[in-house]
Amino acid sequence: MTDLTVKLPGLNLKNPIMPASGCFGFGKEYAQLYDLSQLGAIMIKATTVETRLGNPTPRVAETASGMLNAIGLQNPGLEKVSGQELPWLEQYDVPIIANVAGTTTEDYVEVAKAISQAPNVHALEINISCPNVKLGGITFGTDPDVARELTRAVKEVSSVPVYIKLSPNVTDIVSIAKAVEAGGADGITMINTLLGMRMDTKTGRPIIANITGGLSGPAIKPVALRMVYEVSKHTKLPIIGMGGITNVDDVIDFLSAGASAVAVGTANFVNPFVCPEIIGQLPERLHELGFDSVEQLVGRSHRL
Amino acid sequence: MIKQERMQVIKQQEIAKHIFELTLQGELANEMAEPGQFVHIRVADSFEPLLRRPISVASIDLEASQFTMIYRAEGRGTGLLAEKKPGDMLDVLGPLGHGFPVEEAQKKAYLIGGGIGVPPLYELAKQLNARSIETVHILGFESKQAVFYEDKFRELGDTHIATVDGSHGTQGFVTHILNELPSDFDTYYSCGPTAMLEAVQWAYPQKKGFLSYEQRMGCGIGACFACVCRTTKSETDYIKVCSDGPVFPAGVVIS
Ligand SMILES: Cc1cc2nc3c(=O)[nH]c(=O)nc-3n(C[C@H](O)[C@H](O)[C@H](O)COP(=O)(O)OP(=O)(O)OC[C@H]3O[C@@H](n4cnc5c(N)ncnc54)[C@H](O)[C@@H]3O)c2cc1C
Ligand SMILES: Cc1cc2nc3c(=O)[nH]c(=O)nc-3n(C[C@H](O)[C@H](O)[C@H](O)COP(=O)(O)O)c2cc1C
Ligand code: FES
Repeated sequence: MTDLTVKLPGLNLKNPIMPASGCFGFGKEYAQLYDLSQLGAIMIKATTVETRLGNPTPRVAETASGMLNAIGLQNPGLEKVSGQELPWLEQYDVPIIANVAGTTTEDYVEVAKAISQAPNVHALEINISCPNVKLGGITFGTDPDVARELTRAVKEVSSVPVYIKLSPNVTDIVSIAKAVEAGGADGITMINTLLGMRMDTKTGRPIIANITGGLSGPAIKPVALRMVYEVSKHTKLPIIGMGGITNVDDVIDFLSAGASAVAVGTANFVNPFVCPEIIGQLPERLHELGFDSVEQLVGRSHRL
Repeated sequence: MIKQERMQVIKQQEIAKHIFELTLQGELANEMAEPGQFVHIRVADSFEPLLRRPISVASIDLEASQFTMIYRAEGRGTGLLAEKKPGDMLDVLGPLGHGFPVEEAQKKAYLIGGGIGVPPLYELAKQLNARSIETVHILGFESKQAVFYEDKFRELGDTHIATVDGSHGTQGFVTHILNELPSDFDTYYSCGPTAMLEAVQWAYPQKKGFLSYEQRMGCGIGACFACVCRTTKSETDYIKVCSDGPVFPAGVVIS
């Protein structure tokens, strides 16, 4: 029997596969298609203190083997997420990782404190890497000192382990990772999207109304793998890796590079059954490669 | 219920310039009910192009478990779609969204369409006629070469065509025809470019109307917040075109 379980701070995962934040809403839509209890965990859409209406449309544009998005953290706000979305998810046997966003440290602290008390929230993912909002988000994720202090502030109030979501839009991602480790983070999730643009060739105007957007999908996998590899080499924090995962071999690659579990984002739009399909294929693929547990695979590239 | 299925291509033909009619068969077709719903199509098994393409259902044949779409092949995705041959399999997600409410019409309905907004009006016209509602079709196209389904609409009711260049029917937009027609209908249904939807709404502020909107999509099922529009209800109210629509009552969506 292949052992798919993964133990991480706050999280006893049945398997290492979970949908990434923002690509799965609060689960309701995909629950029409399959039983969410199959998933290792669910990373819910970013939650802010107040309702956020997001950016003007177009908010998405297709690019070579990828897509840009500038949703702008649209979400119903803390009260609705705590009062409606999270209780609804309780019917499933699946740990929730709540994605927390804000424009000030106080915002992050307020959401983290409240949402970490929900019974099914087993960990927080602090989004200091959203490229699509004018204030906050990415500014917290590009300066190591700011990232460390935010981590500290959130850690102080959270009732569950805290994972910090790193931005790839930095020169030295290891320095940010080390800073959040020093701030007391329990883990790292990475990567968020890469800032990009697409033009309408005829008019010369950017397609995305926000002008720039975050690049995701298969196109970013090499960048994500490189960053997971570097960060896992230089910090002790467990990593939930993501960026361009579409199939079981991508999962193997992220685990080999040093991730302990993975998240699947954009691929849900292409194949809504991608998560359960990968979970189904994982035991056989591990077996073929000569492993009988997921944990054996984690970070193997560093041991070769 | 929403399904994902590899459906079989039964027929594909170019029925006007760059306009293709594509018929697919599979169990998913049996889930289709309302006119105006759409499907989300993966045009290649690779990740290039990556995203699915939303295309409306133009007619449903439940007996044969088939449905037909009509689309304009212009970009990468629809270009690849146009290469599919009978016997090929196509990855389809659907049926998606909420379509036109046929039960809202009482006696006579105007169906107003522009370009690639015309296709869903065909299944709508069929279903309204089946309920003994008189339908009048006002359809706008770029030019004579782009006109399709004129005869099929004529079989179902009065049909008026406008072309931008005047090469067929009335020269100009559908609104030019609407100005000449009596307002003796109780309900209108419309699908087409946003500017056309706006003009139609302005033309009939007193009438009951239903409009089908377009937005660029990610997931197509309501999970990603790509396709959001605000509404006239309140400052903070919004809808998702993919799952709350694409059809909404007139006067609701701020596009
Ligand atoms: C609910 C709905 C129903 C539709 N029904 C029809 C139909 O019945 N017949 C038809 O011909 N067209 C229809 N469209 C428009 C159709 O989706 C686009 O023409 C098509 O996606 C363009 O793809 P492409 O590969 O040709 O273009 P590309 O330029 O390669 O597309 C790039 C990206 O932009 C998106 N995109 C480009 N134009 C549009 C558009 N107008 N609306 C939404 N997304 C767009 C594509 O989906 C893709 O993600 C519908 C759109 C929506 C939202
Ligand atoms: C439409 C969309 C919305 C997203 N929203 C969020 C979000 O709210 N919070 C967040 O931390 N990341 C968000 N992301 C980033 C993803 O969680 C993920 O980090 C990124 O897309 C890379 O993974 P992928 O290539 O598998 O999509 C979003 C991505 C997409 C495509
Ligand atoms: S396309 Fe994802 S919410 Fe509408």
